[in-house]
Amino acid sequence: MLDMQTASKPHRAKLYLHYEIDGDDFTRAGEASSKLKQSLKQLGLSPAVIRRAAIAMYEGEINMVAHADGGVIDVDIDTAAITIVMRDTGNGIEDIDAAMKEGYSTASDEVRQMGFGAGMGLPNMKKHSDYMKIDTKVGEGTTVTMKISIMSE
Amino acid sequence: MDSNTSNIFHSVTLDPDKCMGCVTCVKRCPTEAIRVRDGKASIINEYCIDCGECIRVCPHHAKHAIYDPLTVIQGYRRSIALPAPALYGQFSHIESTDIVLNALLKLGFDDVFEVARAAEIVSDRTRQIMEEEEDLPKPLISCACPAVVRLIRVEYPELIGNLMTLVPPVELAARLAARKAMVEHPELAREDIGVIFITPCPAKVTSMRAPLGFGASEIDASVAMKEVYPKLLEHLPEIAEIGEMNLPELQSAGRVGVSWSGSGGEATALLTENYLAADGMENVVHVLDSLEEERLGDLDFIELNACAGGCVGGVLTVENPYIAHTRVQKLRKFMPVSLNHFDNDMLGLITNDEPIDYVNFVAIQKLSDDYEEAISLLAQMKEIEESLPGIDCGACGAPSCAAFAEDVIRGNAKKGECIISLRDRLGELAEDDEDIGDFIPRPFRSGKENRGDDNH
Repeated sequence: MLDMQTASKPHRAKLYLHYEIDGDDFTRAGEASSKLKQSLKQLGLSPAVIRRAAIAMYEGEINMVAHADGGVIDVDIDTAAITIVMRDTGNGIEDIDAAMKEGYSTASDEVRQMGFGAGMGLPNMKKHSDYMKIDTKVGEGTTVTMKISIMSE
Repeated sequence: MDSNTSNIFHSVTLDPDKCMGCVTCVKRCPTEAIRVRDGKASIINEYCIDCGECIRVCPHHAKHAIYDPLTVIQGYRRSIALPAPALYGQFSHIESTDIVLNALLKLGFDDVFEVARAAEIVSDRTRQIMEEEEDLPKPLISCACPAVVRLIRVEYPELIGNLMTLVPPVELAARLAARKAMVEHPELAREDIGVIFITPCPAKVTSMRAPLGFGASEIDASVAMKEVYPKLLEHLPEIAEIGEMNLPELQSAGRVGVSWSGSGGEATALLTENYLAADGMENVVHVLDSLEEERLGDLDFIELNACAGGCVGGVLTVENPYIAHTRVQKLRKFMPVSLNHFDNDMLGLITNDEPIDYVNFVAIQKLSDDYEEAISLLAQMKEIEESLPGIDCGACGAPSCAAFAEDVIRGNAKKGECIISLRDRLGELAEDDEDIGDFIPRPFRSGKENRGDDNH
């Protein structure tokens, strides 16, 4: 787990990236994480870090499309970590504990028929990030914050 | 360029006299390795994977592959032709691969060794590995298409571990052919023997000159399929006259080996249904992107071919790939399933003896060795990208506005080289001067200088 005190200290070099995700369009889900991946390669980060960030964000993108009619993603990169903040104004998550369990899904049959909604989204996001926080209010929306440390072990 | 990259061999080259400086190849290059500079295309060596896509799309035939002339066989006391299985699909009205193989002897080769034979051995060994070895990376990725292996090395370093660690069939064929010739002709030294590959693509020529995964290639020369094609055609009637039944029987590969000529041929030979086979560069890139982000689920094997249709679609072939594929299908109908098998004394011949590294990858993609500097350069790059028109016209010589912004940051282009940004500046001037406004072509007008002259 990343030390939040250290991570929030000001750093000289900082980069912000912003992405907007359309709702209900599974054909486009993954575009933002592919773009992020390209940027991270240009920073010369280790392949393992790049892969974790791309997977974590991709899963979040799918969630935004499947459950929340899209949303916005802000990525903040500094010398310590990649911070991904994913905001939507969807239905919110009723039972976070259940949602964090592998295999638990509230996805519609339609979404499942497309091969999504296997109940691995949030667990995978947690698995591939060093820190994850979910702020959600039923009926108002969800904000997921993930941090991926750039220090490769 | 540092010493690590300056000695890269490429089979794909440019004829500057024919190049018109258009952006057709720039736009189609899968690794964005081409820029137009001073009116001519120029290839960035570090990014080029020799897939040959630029050769395929160039309307002015300015892109070429480097390969050896057929006369190369005169330099050897004994020469052996290694036909890629795609060769069999180039000819209409032949009933057996024996006709093509015998025609190769008429061209002056002393012997033939079908690459399809080695392909069967690679298939057999792959099945064995998948059955027996534990902790195999999943999915395994085929190592047969050198353009794909190079693409993975340049763009997908995390997937290098999924590549099979076997030499491609053509290399195994060369090693077996050389060994056979040495045994049959003990009076000859290795340098008296020419192992000559009949290649469908430039990527395989590069693979011979600068192998990945093994130290040195046993292939002595590569001749393009399109070069031998007309010469083989000349000999087909006389061979047909002899009659198939009276010809020396040279065919020594079955359905499995011959099927490697088309996309999916390698994968179907593995006797698993849990495989994916994709062909054509755009599709290959899409699959690798998805695989890198773990979106493809549980798969045992992935076969990727840079060319649409597989090797029959190689840029050095003659026939339409889909017709060639149909012909191979007909030819293999009465063939035995497989005639060649892996045997343990081939282990040293078939296994890679060097790791495929991605040293160059890190060096070529990152903007700076210093991470903090890379962050600020990337921030500047995004700013430049935002300020650009975003129409990806290519007039600056880069494939997209994003690539142009990167070129600017890397010091390989100047921001003022964007002709559309220049238009905007002209447009501002035009507000004060109607005459200048009239010089701006309609697609480039931004509305405000569009003064009711839509009927032009």
